[in-house]
Amino acid sequence: MLSGATIEVNNLTKRYGNVEALRGVSFAVNEGEVFGLLGPNGAGKTSTVEILEGLRTPDSGSVSVCGLDPQASGEEFKYVIGAALQATALPDKMRVHEALDLFGSFYPQRRGTQELLGRFGLEEKRNAYYSQLSGGQKQRLALAMALVNNPRVVFLDEPTAGLDPQVRREIYDIIEELKKEKKTILLTTHYIEEAEKLCDRVAIVDHGKVIALGTPRELKQRSGAVTRISVRMAKPETNGALENLEGVTECRAEADDYLLYSTRVPRTIVALVKHLEEQNNELVSLEISAPSLEDIFLELTGRRLRD
Amino acid sequence: MSHVLSHTWALTVSRMRLAMRNRAFLFFSLVMPLAFLFIYAGIFGRGRAQAVPYLLAEVLALTVMGSFWGLSVQLVTFREQGILRRFRVTPVGASAMLASSLVSNYFLTLPTIAIEFFLSRSVFHMAGLGNVLSIFVLVTIGTVTFASLGLIVASVTNTMQETQVINQIIWFVFLFISGATVPFPFLPGAVQAVAVFLPATYLVSGLQRAMIDHTTLPNLGMYLASLGGCALIAFVVSAQLFRWEPESKAPRQAKLWAAAAVVPFLLLGIWETVNGDLRSHAMKNLQSIREPYTLERIEH
Repeated sequence: MLSGATIEVNNLTKRYGNVEALRGVSFAVNEGEVFGLLGPNGAGKTSTVEILEGLRTPDSGSVSVCGLDPQASGEEFKYVIGAALQATALPDKMRVHEALDLFGSFYPQRRGTQELLGRFGLEEKRNAYYSQLSGGQKQRLALAMALVNNPRVVFLDEPTAGLDPQVRREIYDIIEELKKEKKTILLTTHYIEEAEKLCDRVAIVDHGKVIALGTPRELKQRSGAVTRISVRMAKPETNGALENLEGVTECRAEADDYLLYSTRVPRTIVALVKHLEEQNNELVSLEISAPSLEDIFLELTGRRLRD
Repeated sequence: MSHVLSHTWALTVSRMRLAMRNRAFLFFSLVMPLAFLFIYAGIFGRGRAQAVPYLLAEVLALTVMGSFWGLSVQLVTFREQGILRRFRVTPVGASAMLASSLVSNYFLTLPTIAIEFFLSRSVFHMAGLGNVLSIFVLVTIGTVTFASLGLIVASVTNTMQETQVINQIIWFVFLFISGATVPFPFLPGAVQAVAVFLPATYLVSGLQRAMIDHTTLPNLGMYLASLGGCALIAFVVSAQLFRWEPESKAPRQAKLWAAAAVVPFLLLGIWETVNGDLRSHAMKNLQSIREPYTLERIEH
C-alpha cells in the first residue's frame, strides 16, 4: 500500500445477506490521479465507492480519504469530497440554480452558481425544474453539484451510464478538465473506452475482488493477450510463410488483408519486413491493434464485461 | 451548532418553496382546512356568530393536526426516491433535515390559520379573537408536536404504503375521538376514557378554552407541557431513528422507541382520569353554542 496516498482502501469486505459483495478489496489512489474501478454490474464497484463516500460501513477492512475516516470524521470529511452518485435524485420542482444554491450553502467555501452553470452548459436551464431536464442535463447537474464545494477528491459512480454517445463525450470533456485541475478522481465504470480514455490507473474488479491493477498500458503489456497486425501487400502471399514469422500465433487472410496475431510485435514486424524484401514484395499498409482492456478482462475472467 | 442552524434555515427556505409549487400541498393545507371552516361554521353552526369560536377552534385543531400527515409522507417520499441520500454526502445532518421539516411546516401553517381567523370574522361575523397569545402558543406547540409525530411515523415505516396505512389509522383516531369533529361530551364514556390519552384531545380542548373563555397560558400549562414534552421526545426519537437510505429498514425496537413519544400523554391521561376537569371544560365550551335542544339532549 502506498503511504501518503489520498485514498487508501485496505482489505475491504462487505456482505449483503448471503451475497459477498466485497472480498478483500485493496488499492490506493494518489493525489491528482484519475483512478478507475472497472468491472461488470455487481462486481462491487458501487459498494466500494459508497463505503469511501461514507454511505455504507464495511464489514471489515479500513478506508481513508485525505487521511480521514469517512464514518468518524463528520463535516471535515464532507468538506473535502464531492460525489456524483450512481442515481442522483432531486425533488421534481426544484430549479437548477436553486439546487446549486442550496447545496453550495452547506459549505464554508463554494463555487459560484453562475460559474458552475456556465461550465456545465446549464445556463439556459438555470430556471428549469429538475423534472424537465434530459438525462444528460441531469448528469451534468449531478457533476456540478459534486464540484460545488471545490473538493479535493471527487467520486463519480458510473457518470455516463445510460447516456447517449454524444452526451458521454461531453461528460468525458468535463472529467478531462477536472484532471487538468489536479483533482483526485475515483471513477467507476463498466465502459472500457471510458477507463482507457480517462484513467491514469485502473483496477479491474470482479466478484468483489481486484483482479488486476495498473495503468491501462501496463495492464495491456502484462497481459498475454495477442496484438493484431493487419497487413496489406502489393502481391498476395501464397506459400503460408507469414504464419511462420517470429511471434505470430495465427495468420488469417481477410479480403485483401492478412491478419497476423502476435505476442511479440516488434520482432514480428522486423521479420515481416525481411520476408517482404526476400520475396521482392512491397508493403501497402500496416495497422497494429493493441489488446483492449476488454481483451484483458476476457483473458482474466473468461467472460466479457457486459456478459 | 451554527452550521446546524444555517443548514436548517437553507433547507427550510428550499422546502417552503417546493411546497408552494406542489398542488397537492396547497389542496390539503389551504383548500381543505378552509372547506372545513365553511362546512363547520356554515352548516354545523348554521352561520350563527356565537357558534363560530367553538367551531373555529375545531377547524384550527384540524389544520394543526394535518401537519402530521404531510410531513411523514414527504419524508418517506424523499427517502424512497433517493433524494435523502444525496444530502447524506453533504455536511447536512439528520437534525437539520428534521428541524427544517418542522420549521417549514410551521411557517406554511400560519397563513392558513390567519385566513381562517380572517374568514371567521369577515364572513361569519365572529365577535372576538379569544386569547390571542394562548391560541398562538397552542398553534405553535401543537404544530411542532403533530409534525414531530409525523416524523416518527416516517422513521418507523419502511414504505409509502405502510406510511399511508399508519397515517389513516392515527388520523381517524385523532379526527373522531378527540372532539375535533364529534364534540367531546357527545362521545360515549368508554371512548372519552380513551380520548383523554390523546394529544389531539388536549389541543382541541385548549383551543376551545382559549377561544371561548379567553383562557390564559398559565391555565393551559398542563396541556402545553404535555404537547411540548411529546414534541421534544418525538423529535429526539425521530432523529435517532432517522434513515437516509431507501433500502435500510427500521429495526423492530424502533417501534418501541417511538412509543416513548406518547409517555407525556399517558401521564396526562392518568392525571386527567383521576383529578381532571377536561369533561367539565368540554361541556362548558359546548354550552357556548347555546343551542337549547342540543344541550337538553346531552344533559338527559
